[in-house]
Amino acid sequence: MSILVNKKTRVLVQGITGREGSFHARMCREYGTHIVAGVTPGKGGTTHEGTPVFDTVAEAVAATGADATMIFVPPPFAADAILEAAAAELPLVVCITEGIPVLDMARVAAVLKGGKSRLIGPNCPGIITPGECKMGIMPGHIHRPGKVGIVSRSGTLTYEAVHQLTLLGIGQSTAIGIGGDPIVGTSHLDAVRMFNEDPGTEAIVMIGEIGGSAEEAAAAFIREHVKKPVVGFIAGQTAPPGRRMGHAGAIISGGQGTAKEKMEAMRAAGIHVCVSPAEIGATVASVMGAKAAKGN
Amino acid sequence: MKIHEYQAKEQLRPFGLPIPRGQVAATAVEAEAAARMLGGQVVVKAQIHAGGRGKGGGVKLASGATEARAMAEKILGMTLVTHQTGPEGRLVRQVLVEETLPIARELYLGAVVDRVSGKPVMMVSASGGMEIEEVAAKDPNAILREPFDADRGLQPYQARRLAFGLKLPAAAINPAVQAMLALARAFVALDASLAEINPLVLTQDDKIVALDAKLNIDDNALYRHPELKALRDIHEEAPLEVEASRYSLNYIKLDGNVACMVNGAGLAMATMDIIQYAGGSPANFLDVGGGASQEQVRHAFEILLKDPNVKAVLINIFGGILRCDTLANGVVEAARAVDLKVPLVIRMEGTNVEQGREVLRASGLPITVAGSMKEAAENVVAAAGGGRR
Repeated sequence: MSILVNKKTRVLVQGITGREGSFHARMCREYGTHIVAGVTPGKGGTTHEGTPVFDTVAEAVAATGADATMIFVPPPFAADAILEAAAAELPLVVCITEGIPVLDMARVAAVLKGGKSRLIGPNCPGIITPGECKMGIMPGHIHRPGKVGIVSRSGTLTYEAVHQLTLLGIGQSTAIGIGGDPIVGTSHLDAVRMFNEDPGTEAIVMIGEIGGSAEEAAAAFIREHVKKPVVGFIAGQTAPPGRRMGHAGAIISGGQGTAKEKMEAMRAAGIHVCVSPAEIGATVASVMGAKAAKGN
Repeated sequence: MKIHEYQAKEQLRPFGLPIPRGQVAATAVEAEAAARMLGGQVVVKAQIHAGGRGKGGGVKLASGATEARAMAEKILGMTLVTHQTGPEGRLVRQVLVEETLPIARELYLGAVVDRVSGKPVMMVSASGGMEIEEVAAKDPNAILREPFDADRGLQPYQARRLAFGLKLPAAAINPAVQAMLALARAFVALDASLAEINPLVLTQDDKIVALDAKLNIDDNALYRHPELKALRDIHEEAPLEVEASRYSLNYIKLDGNVACMVNGAGLAMATMDIIQYAGGSPANFLDVGGGASQEQVRHAFEILLKDPNVKAVLINIFGGILRCDTLANGVVEAARAVDLKVPLVIRMEGTNVEQGREVLRASGLPITVAGSMKEAAENVVAAAGGGRR
């Protein structure tokens, strides 16, 4: 079991004829993802590496039955691409694009509210259910099917956590990178809630970073509603205040959004917080081992 | 991107925000002329990208043109240290000379994008002059907020609610509403990430005026604001950070002695953290990005080594799109070019890791290849002379 994507997911790629879109569509297809259509305005009616290309998302959905889209459109056009996907009522929209203006995302968020589409990202690595469906730019081979759900704002730090788990023989149900921007479609809380409801997920890894209060919100939910063990890590314990650490959303402002606050909130919620990023895998192994020993 | 106060005021004025009369000056003579033109008492304000200028001695009153010149002479060329500049301070290159006003009350007015609601939000507080974070920490209820839709903008009823909430005199309600609507329009039109008027003053004759102004522009939106992009002042940025930005590298200088180069912002922060966990202290944040080229890797490496505090270097790469062999070739090329004098520890994982390790081995360079993040951090901290704790 898994969340959001599985072997039945039919994926559309917006921006499939661009350099990034083309490369990653190929990587995803090689992983086993059903890439059923591409959209590039003006190139409708052609095929790209065997995939039919359409001018609009609506046409692509009508013709192929796509139920998820992966967006590789450049930042000035990405918000519009998300809105086009939402207008076609695609249930899942994964936006990889980095560098979308925050007010564009504010407009997108207002439209998505109450709509039929779930957005993951932007500025994210995507989502993968190992062995079934990869919708994103993560290296597929480091993953292994299993029962740990992972949610993280980051790309490579997620790969690091996945890699540690896989080396220990622990597989993943689904891994989601929700993105490093101030406004994202899916929050830590949303992902934790889905993992909590997924019978195929037995433990959750929540990786956060400085800035905002999304980790605290998820921790509050975990405290009340989550019985599955949760392992956490917060990146940026050594980050100076007032500086944006790479991600547009990774900034401590006015003493708010520090790693310390987040780690405390997570500990208070019963989350197993790792101080060192090298301990994520081992901590999961130990809490899952403890769970197995208790006979749950 | 940050801009200076005088630039922020120039940007905000056309939207209808009342701004004091004033003029920017780069020399004492210009400041004198500006004060003469304004007439009467003036204030001379240092222009640097940091708050707390008054406490640091960067804001002075002058009774007239001659005194304004003397004040400008003192302020221009001084290294102003405030709680936001760090101990090294900032060199003052320009001053803003402005008329003074009969102040009755100092208020706070600001706009940011609220991450939780995903909307811009207008905020006011009666405690002008205090930092909003300080107010928030002391008494969160003292801040009134109105979230607004980016396209519809702040509505007049919302601005009225804020203005009445500040208990302004009747005659100042409408001017305050107009000022808030103006700031909201500017916030959206200029793609600001922060617009702060602190203080917004109520004068003794019930006028509302933006005494100070801080405007940060969303870096991601600069492509559609070439006129704002031109306002960047690279003197306000650390030289190595300016150099890094030229190669699209994300570098932030810190004060430790273990340099690090990482792909991805989250892993870069985590690498800094594990250096500290191992007893060391990171010299920088450096994210080379997901698809770095061999050339970018070389530039990144050169920038790291220009920091004289650096005693050892850790490269931590999780190869996804960036292949390990590409990275290894870039590092070997750079290490040869710069005549590497400090220990280098590399940890690589992911795509083409075996080929990458082979490139490093074959290079014959004194590079320590570590198997895990933990091992890498311990090695590099030991190489830098051990922990400082």
